[in-house]
Amino acid sequence: MLWQQLANGISIGSVYALISLGLTMVYGILRILHVAHAGIYALGAYVGLFSFKLMGNFWLSLIVGMAGASVAGYFVERFLYTPLLHLPRIAPLIVSIGLFTAMEEAFRIVAGPHTLAYNARVGLGDLSIGGFHLTETQILILLVTMAILIFLWAFLTKTRTGLAMRACAQDPETTSSFGVNVNAIIAVNFLIGSAMAGAAGVLIGVYDNQVWPTMGSIPAYKALAIVVLGGLGNIPGTVLASLIVGLAETFFIGFLAFPFPRDAVAFVAMILVLMFKPYGLLGKA
Amino acid sequence: MISGYLITILITVIIYAMLAHSLNIITGHAGQISLGHAAFFGIGAYTSAMLYTEAGFPFWISVPLAAVVAGMVGALLAIPCLRVRDDFLAITTMGINFVVEAIFLYIPFFGGAMGIGGINLPKWFGREMTKPEYFILILIVFFLLLLLDRQMGRSWIGLAWASIREDDQASEAMGVDVIRFKVLAFILGSAIAGLAGGFYAHFLTFIMPQNFGFGQSIVVLCMVVFGGIGTRWGPIVGAVILGILPEISRPIMEYRILIYGVLLLAMMRFQPGGLLGPESILPKTFRRYVYLLSSSE
Repeated sequence: MLWQQLANGISIGSVYALISLGLTMVYGILRILHVAHAGIYALGAYVGLFSFKLMGNFWLSLIVGMAGASVAGYFVERFLYTPLLHLPRIAPLIVSIGLFTAMEEAFRIVAGPHTLAYNARVGLGDLSIGGFHLTETQILILLVTMAILIFLWAFLTKTRTGLAMRACAQDPETTSSFGVNVNAIIAVNFLIGSAMAGAAGVLIGVYDNQVWPTMGSIPAYKALAIVVLGGLGNIPGTVLASLIVGLAETFFIGFLAFPFPRDAVAFVAMILVLMFKPYGLLGKA
Repeated sequence: MISGYLITILITVIIYAMLAHSLNIITGHAGQISLGHAAFFGIGAYTSAMLYTEAGFPFWISVPLAAVVAGMVGALLAIPCLRVRDDFLAITTMGINFVVEAIFLYIPFFGGAMGIGGINLPKWFGREMTKPEYFILILIVFFLLLLLDRQMGRSWIGLAWASIREDDQASEAMGVDVIRFKVLAFILGSAIAGLAGGFYAHFLTFIMPQNFGFGQSIVVLCMVVFGGIGTRWGPIVGAVILGILPEISRPIMEYRILIYGVLLLAMMRFQPGGLLGPESILPKTFRRYVYLLSSSE
């Protein structure tokens, strides 16, 4: 029972990490609360689903979903956020909220208000050791998340572009003076972050076997709580916070006697942590 | 004679205007971003509804008490909000909204998902108020609040808020008691939101937790930003336009929220100061017009 809850918690936490990482990367460079990131996540799920219906191969649909999300993220950055960077912080935030609302409606109008099934055959099979059971989709989530996290780590620490990206997060102007094309770095940042959100959308679509227009609503706000909990813009902190929230949710819901809203767990955790560490778990002033 | 439909829209719009005005005190005047303003609207509505239906208080006592309770909760919640700033503050206030909504939804004392019913319009002269009378009552209260706002804007409080909004560290260095004025803004904004909530509960006669969720906070914030954040009339204009828009756009019902989102997006992208903001087209054109008129004489 305990191990089972642990496995469920880590699976959910992994998906949270995929969504939140893009958000924290965007914040790290542009200092924007990118609410519409969850719209990109839902878009990834829809693109993945439709390409799965066309091609019938899950892995291909995962890649197409990620690519679709990636391109959408790039356009959001280029045409909405970049022109607003000189304004007070509330302007991009409102744009982001407006865009997210519009995206949810667009999904509803284009793809219909119903939930659509995403029953992909992945071809991995379930895993059972004693009483411990991992479903096929859980294994899938863990494998994909692991692969993406390793890629991200290698990219940020081993490549020159990754180094430039980390430098940009520290100080874009100084980085620019060293001859780095900051606009290109911001674009790459959005491409990668949005691709991860798209992957999360596809994974959740398969995990719950459904894709629906407002699937981004709860992740939109929960991911913000997770990102703040980890320390805005802090990548390891975000992964840690995602796992903590995923585990806290499954354990609280599993063992608590009275009905506690699952989606409020992240916010309660966030408010409690901010009382003692106003910059999040691993954040710095 | 005003039709029932029209008066319903008018009352809804004026309650939204009051709510937008109250958020403007916190976000526009004192510069503290709040994404959870509907929480205080809800606290006011629930306080008033519970006092009226459970404790048997009349409207004339339950609604002012709603403002007092919402203001006290606002003071209490200002404490965690003072620990954080900027984006952390935005997310914290959002979290407060989710937690408050969850409390209304999950604690049976507050009626749970079924909400609270049986709240009536106020009585006076031995009979129930009609809706037009209720509208005029809210209008008078709102007018008094705007007068108060004008007086405060001219006093030290307004200056202190302006300095905190521009740079809270600099104003602290100048000897402004930043914490006191921030808490004051939170108390006042929350209390007025609670008052609006009380009016809302007695107008709807039936309230549910979903009326006070994060979506509602966003709607109110959009009204403030749309009209012009920090200006006195902007939030009211925003509330009127965005409040009436859903009604006149009935024929395109299907695309309503889409248009709402796109409008907001386009507004911020091209007119970030809002309709009545300092950099906006409307006041500029108006000023030019006035200038032309005065110079031609």
